Amino acid sequence: MSIKSRSQRQELAMLLPAVIFLIALIVVPFALSIWFSFTDQRLVPRPIPTKVIGFTNYLRMFDDPLFWQAIWNTVLFALLVVPFQLAISLGAALILNAAIPFRSVFRAIAILPLLLPMTVIVAIWAVLFRIPNGPLNAAYQWFAGSGNYVDWIGNPSTAMVSIVVLSAWATFPYQMLIYLAGLQDIPQDLYEAAKLDGAKSWQRFRYVTWPGLRNVNIFLLIITTIGALKLFTQVNILTKGGPNGATTTIIQYLFQQGYATQKVGYASAVAVFFFLAVTAIALLQRRFLKNEGEA
Amino acid sequence: MADVRFSSVRKGYGAVEVIPELDLTIEDGSFTVLVGPSGCGKSTLLRMIAGLEEVTAGTITIGGEDVTHRDPSERGIAMVFQSYALYPHMTVADNIGFGLKLSGLPKDEVAKRVADAAAILQLDKLLERKPRQLSGGQRQRVAIGRAIVRKPKVFLFDEPLSNLDAALRAQMRVELAELHTRIGATMVYVTHDQVEAMTMADRIVVLNGGRIEQAGAPMDLYRAPATPFVAGFIGSPRMNFLEGQAAKALGGDLVGIRPEHLDISAASGLWQGRLRHAEHLGSETLSYVDVEGVGSMTVKTEGEVSVAPNQLVYLSPREGQLHVFNAGKRTSI
Repeated sequence: MSIKSRSQRQELAMLLPAVIFLIALIVVPFALSIWFSFTDQRLVPRPIPTKVIGFTNYLRMFDDPLFWQAIWNTVLFALLVVPFQLAISLGAALILNAAIPFRSVFRAIAILPLLLPMTVIVAIWAVLFRIPNGPLNAAYQWFAGSGNYVDWIGNPSTAMVSIVVLSAWATFPYQMLIYLAGLQDIPQDLYEAAKLDGAKSWQRFRYVTWPGLRNVNIFLLIITTIGALKLFTQVNILTKGGPNGATTTIIQYLFQQGYATQKVGYASAVAVFFFLAVTAIALLQRRFLKNEGEA
Repeated sequence: MADVRFSSVRKGYGAVEVIPELDLTIEDGSFTVLVGPSGCGKSTLLRMIAGLEEVTAGTITIGGEDVTHRDPSERGIAMVFQSYALYPHMTVADNIGFGLKLSGLPKDEVAKRVADAAAILQLDKLLERKPRQLSGGQRQRVAIGRAIVRKPKVFLFDEPLSNLDAALRAQMRVELAELHTRIGATMVYVTHDQVEAMTMADRIVVLNGGRIEQAGAPMDLYRAPATPFVAGFIGSPRMNFLEGQAAKALGGDLVGIRPEHLDISAASGLWQGRLRHAEHLGSETLSYVDVEGVGSMTVKTEGEVSVAPNQLVYLSPREGQLHVFNAGKRTSI
């Protein structure tokens, strides 16, 4: 056996466990989803055998107003949460990157939300959102007078915004850490050159920091968007998609169809559509935003 | 007038004093090279002129104006960094014109001045490129262009050639010297390379441990180094030093002799030694000789010298070329 082919075999052998898991946990379920999406598969097997029904699931899906509402809610959530979350992540990263006292203490505190499971975070926020006397309403009453309160998650006009704020808070440390790494990657010389060129602090941000974070921004925009499109846990625990479908997201809809009403074939069609939509969005973002060096 | 004056300047980081009290005047229109080993404070001095480093005490004036606490952009200086520090997302033209744009100069005036600088530095055809599309030498030129275009009173260079290969470094040395002649502005140049210092400077300031060891014209430093440190730092190959009895016999507690001021002979001489190794460079030969009671000495001889390893040789210093030091100070004339 030649040395080259032996080392190739070793490489393949080392890849094998990961490949097996990938196939078993991602490729096979996804292939099954595609297959199920063309059938009337139920969650619990019925005496009547599963039939292939062609594109019926897809046609039914496109006819369902709740599906379109779920899409709109998901898009709205992404449009609200992505810029908001990236802005607070960048802001926090800029503060932690500056030479402030007790920086390492603040850094440790800032990543705390990352250490909590989403269910715990949602439970904490459920307390904050409580009516009529939760902490947020207590603060609201300072301005609006006692007796007034907002049903943050029960009111269709505030439910989505409440979910947005909660979600941004829960996961911003992840983006913040990546921004922090990106900021520390920008050579100090550039800031000094900009100072010599007469750039004020805002201009140094505009002309050195912001362009220096280009690749980080592209990466974070894509993964934060994908994360936002997958919104489920918060909604499922807090609102179950309500009130009046105001927070039903595409995954929440998929879950309801697949588990609550047991229509696995139909839910698979939603999953396949979701996969294609997310892939298309990621590819579009990638196409329009090229990394530094690719433009 | 754009001389640079340090008056009782000190710089410390907490308890660590990098520059003890220092006074220095850099003459208007001079090409002054600050030279010294790593950590000697030369870059700190330069950065204090630029305003990128606060002084702990004392004052710095440029052209008679106290700039000690002024913003870097208000000192009338421009700086070329070792890393070039070009804005990676901007074109060459934008890099050069950035400072002018921020100062609110009209667009056509910025374009004109960028074009003028580009013409001087032969960057005309590269103006629309990004820094990553340029070679090291071209990037260096852009960095210099960015400095020129602001028409500063003082140019500051922080080891600008250290990222270039040897051939390009030699070429850029000449170009920078020519640029100085053409512009006539005060230039302060930091390097650890004594060849750069000797070839470009009209005045060298040798620094050691934050203190000025000696300041003067390159040939003055070469001919009459004030301290053993300067004697060892200026000149290549390094000066040979005699200590102990060998030095005492010549009137000092340390005596230096440059390799190019030693004659090597197979017949007779002041010191007898055995040739350890010889490097034949064509135009010159470097012989390394182990001299009994003195140690290893280097001899630089023009042209070819036919010597073989282990051969017995004699070394003699040339007339008037001994540098005698007592208590760390030069005592020979």
